[in-house]
Amino acid sequence: MLRWILGGREAQGTVEKSAALFIGEEQPKNCFTEMQVLKGHFDIVRFLVQIDDLRFASAGDDGLVLIWNVETGECLFVLRGHTQQITAMTSYTFIRGGTAHTALITASSDRTLSLWDPDSGNRVQNISDLQSSVKCLLVLAHLDVWLSGGNELCVWNRDLELRCKMVHHSDAGISAMVELPKNFIAAAMDKEIVIFKLNLSGSDIAVMAMRHLADHQDTIRSLIHINDRLFASGSHIGELIIWDSVDWTIQAYEHILWEEPARDSQSEFKLNHQKQIERSIQHMSSDGEYIVAAVGSGLYVYNVLMKSVVAYRRTAHDSNILHTMLQRDSLMSCSEDGSVRMWELQDLPLPAEPASSGFFGMFGTFGRSSKQTGPPAKKIPEVPGLRSLELIGDLIGHSGAVQMFLSFKEKGLVTCSTDQLLIVWKDGELQSQLRSLAVFQKLEENQGL
Amino acid sequence: MIGSPDVVAFTKEDDFGDSFTDPYSLPEEFTVPLFAHAASANPWTKTSYAKFAKDFILVSEFSEQVGPQPLLTIPNDPKVCGTFDLNYFSLRIMSVDYQASFVGHPPGSNYPKLNFVEDSKVVLGDSKEGAFAYVHHLTLYDLEARGFVRPFCMAYISADERKIMHQFQELSSEFSKASEFLKSGNRKAFANELEKKLRDLEYTRSVLHKEAELQKKNNGCYSTQAIDKANELANMEKSIYEHRDLLRQITSYPSRKKKDGDFVQHETEKPAETSVIDDSLNSNHSEVADKTVETECESRKSSYTPQLIKAKSAKCFDKRLKTMEELCNASFFHQTLEQLNTIEKSYRGDLCLIYTSQIDRALLSKQRITSFLFEAECDSEFGGTSKNFSVSSNNPTVPILNFSGEPQSLDSYTTCIDVDHIKPGVESMEGRPDSSTSDITQETSEAADTETKGSFSSDKSIEAFGGVSPSSLQTNYFDGLERKSKVSIASPSENESSSLAVPQRTSDGNLVPVDPTCCIGQDGFVFEEPLLELAQECYGDTVVNREPLSLLQGDPALQMDYILEESALAESPNMGLTFSELNTEEVAKITIEDVSDSTSFMSTSTSSDRAVSPFTYGNAATLKQKKKAGHSALRFIRQYPFAQQAISCLLSGRTLVILGVDEGTVRKLVNALFIFIPNLGKYGETVQPWLSSPFQLTDLQRWKLIGLQRAASPAGSSILHSLNRYSRYISILDCDSKTLRCPPYKGTLVSHLADHRTQIKRGSTYFLHVQGMLTQLTAKAFLYTFCHHIHLPMDINHQGLVTSRRTNFLLQLGYTVEESKIVQYLSELIKRHYIQGSSKGANQSFCFNYTTSYLYKI
Repeated sequence: MLRWILGGREAQGTVEKSAALFIGEEQPKNCFTEMQVLKGHFDIVRFLVQIDDLRFASAGDDGLVLIWNVETGECLFVLRGHTQQITAMTSYTFIRGGTAHTALITASSDRTLSLWDPDSGNRVQNISDLQSSVKCLLVLAHLDVWLSGGNELCVWNRDLELRCKMVHHSDAGISAMVELPKNFIAAAMDKEIVIFKLNLSGSDIAVMAMRHLADHQDTIRSLIHINDRLFASGSHIGELIIWDSVDWTIQAYEHILWEEPARDSQSEFKLNHQKQIERSIQHMSSDGEYIVAAVGSGLYVYNVLMKSVVAYRRTAHDSNILHTMLQRDSLMSCSEDGSVRMWELQDLPLPAEPASSGFFGMFGTFGRSSKQTGPPAKKIPEVPGLRSLELIGDLIGHSGAVQMFLSFKEKGLVTCSTDQLLIVWKDGELQSQLRSLAVFQKLEENQGL
Repeated sequence: MIGSPDVVAFTKEDDFGDSFTDPYSLPEEFTVPLFAHAASANPWTKTSYAKFAKDFILVSEFSEQVGPQPLLTIPNDPKVCGTFDLNYFSLRIMSVDYQASFVGHPPGSNYPKLNFVEDSKVVLGDSKEGAFAYVHHLTLYDLEARGFVRPFCMAYISADERKIMHQFQELSSEFSKASEFLKSGNRKAFANELEKKLRDLEYTRSVLHKEAELQKKNNGCYSTQAIDKANELANMEKSIYEHRDLLRQITSYPSRKKKDGDFVQHETEKPAETSVIDDSLNSNHSEVADKTVETECESRKSSYTPQLIKAKSAKCFDKRLKTMEELCNASFFHQTLEQLNTIEKSYRGDLCLIYTSQIDRALLSKQRITSFLFEAECDSEFGGTSKNFSVSSNNPTVPILNFSGEPQSLDSYTTCIDVDHIKPGVESMEGRPDSSTSDITQETSEAADTETKGSFSSDKSIEAFGGVSPSSLQTNYFDGLERKSKVSIASPSENESSSLAVPQRTSDGNLVPVDPTCCIGQDGFVFEEPLLELAQECYGDTVVNREPLSLLQGDPALQMDYILEESALAESPNMGLTFSELNTEEVAKITIEDVSDSTSFMSTSTSSDRAVSPFTYGNAATLKQKKKAGHSALRFIRQYPFAQQAISCLLSGRTLVILGVDEGTVRKLVNALFIFIPNLGKYGETVQPWLSSPFQLTDLQRWKLIGLQRAASPAGSSILHSLNRYSRYISILDCDSKTLRCPPYKGTLVSHLADHRTQIKRGSTYFLHVQGMLTQLTAKAFLYTFCHHIHLPMDINHQGLVTSRRTNFLLQLGYTVEESKIVQYLSELIKRHYIQGSSKGANQSFCFNYTTSYLYKI
């Protein structure tokens, strides 16, 4: 494995074997040529929440919440208060006195909920007498309330006053929630999705369970909002269900198996069998039309309007993918292998390109990757507009699993990791131009050198 | 005695109106006076008859018991002075001006008067001894000394007369600092001593008083004993009064010091006033005058038990005089020694090199924006010197008087110079023109005449160049002295010892431009015509002994010397030959050791390093490192064909990891390469010479050159893992298998910088070359950074516009893609440095490129 450091071309093959994909060092489409390492946490950093255009908060297992400036990389505040790891964090924007305020809500394993003011770094409110720790938070902006989910479902107002509470008796608490139209909430509880209704009568709020959707065979790992009409859920064994938001019926059902086609088994890329087991849908994201699902270490892009698979890559990372992001035709994923990868949806040149190309260079060519990552072979000809997911760049910096990332568009991309670091990735060229601008501004202020 | 009126201005604002200035010439302050050499002259030929090996500092005292005696030398090594007669020289230097500090009962005053004389600064030459000295006289107060003063002097002694003359201002300000340490320590000590003495006196008085009462009671009022006692008591009273007055004077010094420059005159009027001020007032005055002394006294008062003072003090020859350390506070004394050591260090070496390094510093100070890249920040101790430069640079000046306004043919110019050569000597033999002499100068020269025929104060030589504005003082000073020195050398038998006095008395220890109204420079040409023949006569003699001044590029003599110096150090077999061929007897005497050891005259090797490696100023350790670095870099370049790639990595900010099993080899390579790191940091923070644990991402941000241990242990494998992981951000030089993995480099820039066929043989020379190239590169980066139109206007939505403008600009500068990366990296560093200042506290971001690396083998 270390031979490549010294070796020539022949050494590249070794890398190829250990990594599913190796893009190499030439990445013209990768604009992140500047990085800034942010230190401050003492344990795994799991959550990133954007506060405004400039600020974001990070939290993790050390119980600290840090507020950062993305442009300067400066740590603005360290919010101390939680004694155990943070389990959920969200930002909460509300209008008070005509101006928008953003508060930060954090939940911790120490069974506390805190409301922070990111402008002053103060803990505004703290609830410490919870019966269980909160696993997820959901803000309902139009009702000016927010919900916490765990073994109990609680509704709070902006001042952290409990408005309503509902206790469940199942072993598994609520792991995820999405907002549905007409004050309905969908909550994932183990294998079921429970639809709750928020009844507002005057100032009182009541919550009641409306329906239990038990179509998943295994634990639901992710639950996302697609658009006003649809939401999606993914389970541990690779079931992806698209639901109607209004009548809660199944719109589409995909069972992603990541089966190894028989003909690939004797190819030189023998992938371990345990890879097949990893088909849990860890994370999904959507832009309203497409959803991307992180299935084990692979990526699966699905068009919810056409109800068809768009592209897939069975081994997009060396290890489980933890977070994904979809923006137009590009896609980003981060994984336990410590890297962030950027993908592009590209149209297939022509179908049925033979996989016999003998070239095994540094870059995954299409022919090989489709062969390698192909789902059940019968699907390929059936699907018309199948596109390919091409790796256009990767960000390597973390030495542990990249838990999450947060995009600030042109200002950069923030990643957080098990290695306790945060990294802000920036467009080097843009930063350089901005610095030039700053230089000339200072020149003007100083009236010359 | 030499007094201030003698400081007849070296110069006067030029009377010749606007002068022609060559727009392409260097600013006046940066020019090195050219060596008007004759073809055969070897500029490094030593003309000195000095009996000492290198410059040293002598501190001596005019002891009231034994006369002038040397106290210490710096460096404190008997080898330095050689056979040089310190006692004799002490006598010489102390005889010049010790009386200037006369303290005692001034006429018309009943009480002793402390004279807060300013130090006097003179230049003294002794051609018999081959020694020239800057002499700094000062007086320290000692209660037990005659007139309460002890005259001391510090002298910088060099065989190179021009060095003294040329560096006079700098020496003066440096020595003034040393003197100030001594004097302020001494004032404190003296005040303490006075306090003690007063307590003693008061105690004695009370004892005497009791005795007197007793006497009166026993023997009656008019008994002889009683009268004696009464007299004794009266004496005691007077003594107390005097001491109080002294204490008041010494403690009021700081407040006086603040007063304006006319305090010298003030001084002379004051005794009359002070003598009438009554006792109580004085003591009040002293209380408020100096708090520090006061408090110190306060604390001492409590611990000090007064002693009875005998009526008659011990004879002057019986008592032991206080040492210098006792006279001053010990800490002040050590501070002084430190300062003197610093002076000695910073003026080591040949004048040319000192001068060059001064220019270098002055230029550096103008490079504030980019100097952090490849130059280290100047040491603060040199701040003063460079300030001098900048001050003088403010005035546009006439380089040489004769060009300035008078329409003169070339012939007349040379003639004029020739006359100048001889004039001072002739003058001093003939006597001075009245207009130029002040009475005090007269005294000195008369005194000097008693033992030497040709004695003249240095202002005379400068006088010959009268009409030059003060700002060009240095250059002309230089010229003048050079010429004059020729005179003295030409006729050594006549001028066995010539005292060149350059008195500079100022109120605050700083040198001030001398009042131009005193200038008699315009009279300078009066003697030209009649002396023409004489001058020409002399000219023939002087040529041979002329000393080098040239730093001209391509000067054959200079180059010869470089070769010489190289061969000398490389221990080449033909060294002896070159030596004897190139140099006169004196030089031949010098051992190789001396050459390398920065002697005062053949010191190119060491001092050239000093001059060319600006970021090692004042730091001996790094100086050596740099010297070695140049050497190892040269070896690296010859040894490794991929040196260019490695260097281009460093220049473009890509961290270079040197991987190897053997620590020595790795460190050697690190040493060879660190000179190429931009923004190395004052303490080389960006280099990690030896690392045996895996590095982190943040380390790549911090370190640009890492020496890494290759080990078979588990730690070793995790190191290799980190190498693997961050391979895109680093280049790896494997010194075991002699391979380099890095992005390719195409271009000429680095190949000029690191040409393995280079003719340069010596490390320090190569280092110079590198510095030159890097400076050029820095200039380009500066241009690129601050060219307005490249970067502005900027539209965040159309980044491409700016990018293409930038690329085009760099292409126009003739840079390839790889070279552009270097310039861009430097530019980013400049921008950050400019925006944030030099503070490195902020969390810096780290730039990189996505480029394919290749493996280079040897």
